This record gives sequence, C-alpha cells and structure tokens, in this order.
Amino acid sequence: MEVTTTWYLVLAAVLFAIGAVGVLIRRNPLVLFMCVELMINAVTLTFVAFNSALGGLGGQMAVFFALVVAAAEVVIGLAIIVAIARRQPTTAIDDFSGLKG
Amino acid sequence: MELAVFIICSAIVLSGALGVLIANNPVHAALFLVETLFGIAVLFILLDATFLAAVQVVVYAGAIVILFLFVIMLLGVDRADDLGIEPISGQRPLTIVIGSSILGLMLTTLLISVSGPTGTSTSVSEVSLGGTNTKNLGGTLFHDHLFAVELTALLLTVAIVGAVALARRLKGPLQPLPILETTNDERPSPEDNGDVE
Repeated sequence: MEVTTTWYLVLAAVLFAIGAVGVLIRRNPLVLFMCVELMINAVTLTFVAFNSALGGLGGQMAVFFALVVAAAEVVIGLAIIVAIARRQPTTAIDDFSGLKG
Repeated sequence: MELAVFIICSAIVLSGALGVLIANNPVHAALFLVETLFGIAVLFILLDATFLAAVQVVVYAGAIVILFLFVIMLLGVDRADDLGIEPISGQRPLTIVIGSSILGLMLTTLLISVSGPTGTSTSVSEVSLGGTNTKNLGGTLFHDHLFAVELTALLLTVAIVGAVALARRLKGPLQPLPILETTNDERPSPEDNGDVE
C-alpha cells in the first residue's frame, strides 16, 4: 500500500483540529501558544506534502518563511505574557482582560 | 517501509498533540510538543524535505520549546492547571462541536475530491534542478526570494527589539492592573502587590 499525499493531508487536518480544540479549551496562556504551534505545524506539513506532490520548491519556501514568522510570534507572545504576569500573578487567560476597556 | 514509517510517525505526532491537549502541567505539555515536532521532522524527511527537517528540529525543538520552558520556569507557573473547572458554562460541549465541525469540514473537502487534492504540477521538478535539497533551497531563497529574506531579517530584528522592550524591568513600582470584580477570591488585592516589581 502506497502512502499518498491525501494521507499526509488527513494527518495534518487531524493535527489542526486538535490544536484548534486546545486553543478553545485550555486556559493557561503558555499551553495556548503550544496549541497554536500545533496548528502552524499542521499547515507546514500540508505545504510540504503539496510540494512533494506537485514538484518545485514553492511549498518548502513558504514553510521556511512560516517558520520565521512563528518564531517571531512566539517571542513577542511570551514577552507579553511575562510582562502581564509580572503585574498580575495569575496564570489563567480569562484574567487577562486589561485591554477590555 | 514508507508505510511503516508513516504509521509510526503519525502515531507519535497524534499522541504528542493529544498530550499537549490534556496535560495538566505546562512542562509536560512542552515535552509532548517536542514529541510532535520530532514526528513531523521525520515526516519531512519522508517527503524529501531534508533541510526543513533539520530546521524543524533546530528551530522548534531547540529554540522555541526551550523558550517555552524558560518562561514556564521564570514565571513559576508550572503548577498543575486544573482542567476540571469550566470557566464558561457550556464551553466544553461547544468546543467538541466546533472541533469536530472543523475536522469534518476539512476531511470532507479532502476525501470528496475523488481525484485527490487539486493543483497543477509545476514543470520544474526538484530532481531536474540537480543538487541537493539544501543547495536548491539556498539557490531559490537568495535568487528568487531575496526581498522576502530581507523582510524576514527586518521582522526578526523588530521581534527582538519588541521582546526586550516588553520584558524589561521598569524603574520604580509598577501600577497594578485594575482588577475588576471576578469570581476568584484567592487573588491578592491590588494594595498587596502595589510594590511588586
């Protein structure tokens, strides 16, 4: 039995759904970021699978740039979490309502 | 052989993802995330994207997860997150519904297209480019996408400056955030942490 592109896409879809459920269900902001990472990884897996199926290097280029953006996003997000946690010793995302106005 | 590798890696990836989802302790969640990322790196190798597999291990497992672990230790938030509490009533059932809807939608779109995923194949296959995966990627990156590379460098610089500006310690006591009425009574009042730096 041959492993086709569809198999990779199904795996990526399941991974993305798990990440989305995690973002909706978890309350710790750090774990929430980890679930966002899961979703990003699902998308990169899709890119690489399509790249392998269609030839060329476009998909792998897209993954390269997505990786950089993910790294920058994590750095900024964690800095914001650190800045908030210094002022407000709590770890639940529901309490981060300072921007509510 | 390829089938066996794919099945084992899928099991590793999915078990790691579920571990992130249900782990009480954030440190355990970070370690499960490493498991998932390694599985995806092996899948990249299976798809002939060897350079991206290496970058995946170095950047994600080596840098991003370490950053997560540093912040967990720094903040001391490695206490168990009680998953039994449901902050918004009806959140869990709604999440299950939304999650299965997303999954169902994607799987239907995938599997209903009988001829497989659509798209036109580029005339240039990677094999015809000659050279290794890393060499081809480097050539494409610095010839066709040079401006994007420069923008990426700018993005990383902005991210570093922003992270330093956000996380530095300010002089003098910080004003506590206004805490509105909440249900959690165990939180210290604003007067108690007024001089927390």
